Amino acid sequence: MKKYIAYSKNDTRSGFGAGLLELGEKNPQVVALCADLTGSLKMDGFQKLYPSRFFQSGIAEANMIGVAAGMANAGLIPFAGTFANFATGRVYDQIRQSVCYSGKNVKIAASHAGLTLGEDGATHQILEDIGLMRMLPSMTVVVPCDYEQTRQATLALALLVGPAYLRFGRPKVECFIPTDEPFELGKAQILLDGTDVTILTCGHLVWKSLKAAEVLQDAGISAEVINVHTIKPLDESAILKSAIKTGAVVTAEEHNIFGGLGDLVAGVLGRNYPVPMEMVAVKDTFGESGTPEELMEKYGLTTENIVKSAYSVLNRKNKNSF
Amino acid sequence: MEINQTILDQLTSITTQVRRDILRMVHAVNSGHPGGSLGCAEFFTALYFNVLQHTPKPFSIIGKGEDVFFLSNGHISPVWYSVLARSGYFPVEELNTFRRIDSRLQGHPTPHEGLPGIRIASGSLGQGLSVACGVALAKKLDQDSRWVYTLHGDGELEEGQIWEAALFASHHKIDNLIATVDVNGQQIDGTTEQVMSLGNLRWKWEAFGWIVFETDGNDMKSLLTTLSIAKNATRKNKPVVILMKTVMGKGVSFMEGKHKWHGVAPNDKELEIALEALPETLGDYPSFN
Repeated sequence: MKKYIAYSKNDTRSGFGAGLLELGEKNPQVVALCADLTGSLKMDGFQKLYPSRFFQSGIAEANMIGVAAGMANAGLIPFAGTFANFATGRVYDQIRQSVCYSGKNVKIAASHAGLTLGEDGATHQILEDIGLMRMLPSMTVVVPCDYEQTRQATLALALLVGPAYLRFGRPKVECFIPTDEPFELGKAQILLDGTDVTILTCGHLVWKSLKAAEVLQDAGISAEVINVHTIKPLDESAILKSAIKTGAVVTAEEHNIFGGLGDLVAGVLGRNYPVPMEMVAVKDTFGESGTPEELMEKYGLTTENIVKSAYSVLNRKNKNSF
Repeated sequence: MEINQTILDQLTSITTQVRRDILRMVHAVNSGHPGGSLGCAEFFTALYFNVLQHTPKPFSIIGKGEDVFFLSNGHISPVWYSVLARSGYFPVEELNTFRRIDSRLQGHPTPHEGLPGIRIASGSLGQGLSVACGVALAKKLDQDSRWVYTLHGDGELEEGQIWEAALFASHHKIDNLIATVDVNGQQIDGTTEQVMSLGNLRWKWEAFGWIVFETDGNDMKSLLTTLSIAKNATRKNKPVVILMKTVMGKGVSFMEGKHKWHGVAPNDKELEIALEALPETLGDYPSFN
């Protein structure tokens, strides 16, 4: 099995910006909209090179989603970008009615998701967006794990016909997905084969899960690490296959414990093949100001906590206790 | 602008049938919104039978090379469905399925069930102007020289998104768009004055950078004239809006001007009285019940 190593550090939002820029060149149908956060979303490259296809929306996200729906109706492929909080909760009804129910090919690019937004605090740190978006019929939800995967996911979503939500973040994090590794929408990515415990993860927690697997390996425990970058449609067969093999599952995500990947996995396992399970996620609370590292530590989104959760499920598996 | 009397008579005759359709549709399922629908019969008839350059069959959701219309206050679906059917988008018999199970004619309009003529869902208010702005900009990018029309309720202007879109349209010089507002002064809880005063709408739109026209929305001649003048005012770097003064429940004596009829269907007796005053002109669609 290929061992993933960190070859540099970069932010996932820059991966989006790079992907969007490539789309500018490749696909004249792609247009971009942004609600006064063009630099933060790294959409400025596209704006500079393709000014006639970039639309500044001002601080008016509801209108931006509606405009994007209209552009999609006319056959364009709009990428509407803002912070994840304003891209989801603030405009939920616009996404629901004008985009999803209307069947419009709108791509929502959501940056600064989760705790790692950092110092701006809880007003901007949405931890509910995956839940909100995955509940919408027809919405595809993608949470890539590093710069390269975000770039590739951006390209992949332009080829998908239908509404999609792309969630990425602010801080520079480890780059470990090789540039020649293809991104397959809707297909969970097995990063590490294992036999004792399955770690299902997405976004910024993928790297931490790989680190956790190393710690477990040192203790003689074989962990399988799966990057569930596509939250919806969920690759249920990959999840079940691994759960059946290992008999113990940990999920890890930068999201509220309700509504995210953990919830989804619990549903899949509960309906098909219940095994002991733990969720590493934010425990139904708001975030606060702090550095990304401090916040991840305080709210338990750490390598240590993934290891601890792995021991917990292994213990229950060995006692045959749920 | 000179308007041919024959055309005026033909259009007026269609409005009578449209009003019959509206009343029969909402009566059949004892639900729906007759008030605003009746008040906008002239507008929809003028639009679909005189103003729009459009292709009912085969319907293209993209609408390239066509004038496209977006209804933002989706609850007045009965008038839209009637006019769409009467202008050839789908069979008039299908009006029977309005609000029934397995129908393409949902309570509020949607493309979700594939009804020809509908491009966006509306019902949750305030979203249509944004969508129309997107379509208008896309038409410009595509060098499509046709127009985009919208209709909004006056009560709907209480939604903040409308004013976000108003700013946006002006900023982006969207001048291939004609928005219209049904100013009937009524909403569910009472008059707009009682519920949420709208103040001087002309000033408001002008302050947002729009070219504003006003007309009597129930007078076919004034309406056609204003729609024509408004079209001539487009392509001048500014969006255009028409404020249409209408009477809620127009054409049905006991409904006229009463907000009670926003979302209530007539009973058997009321339907009978209403239809007596509105003779069939194009032939009623055959009823299921």
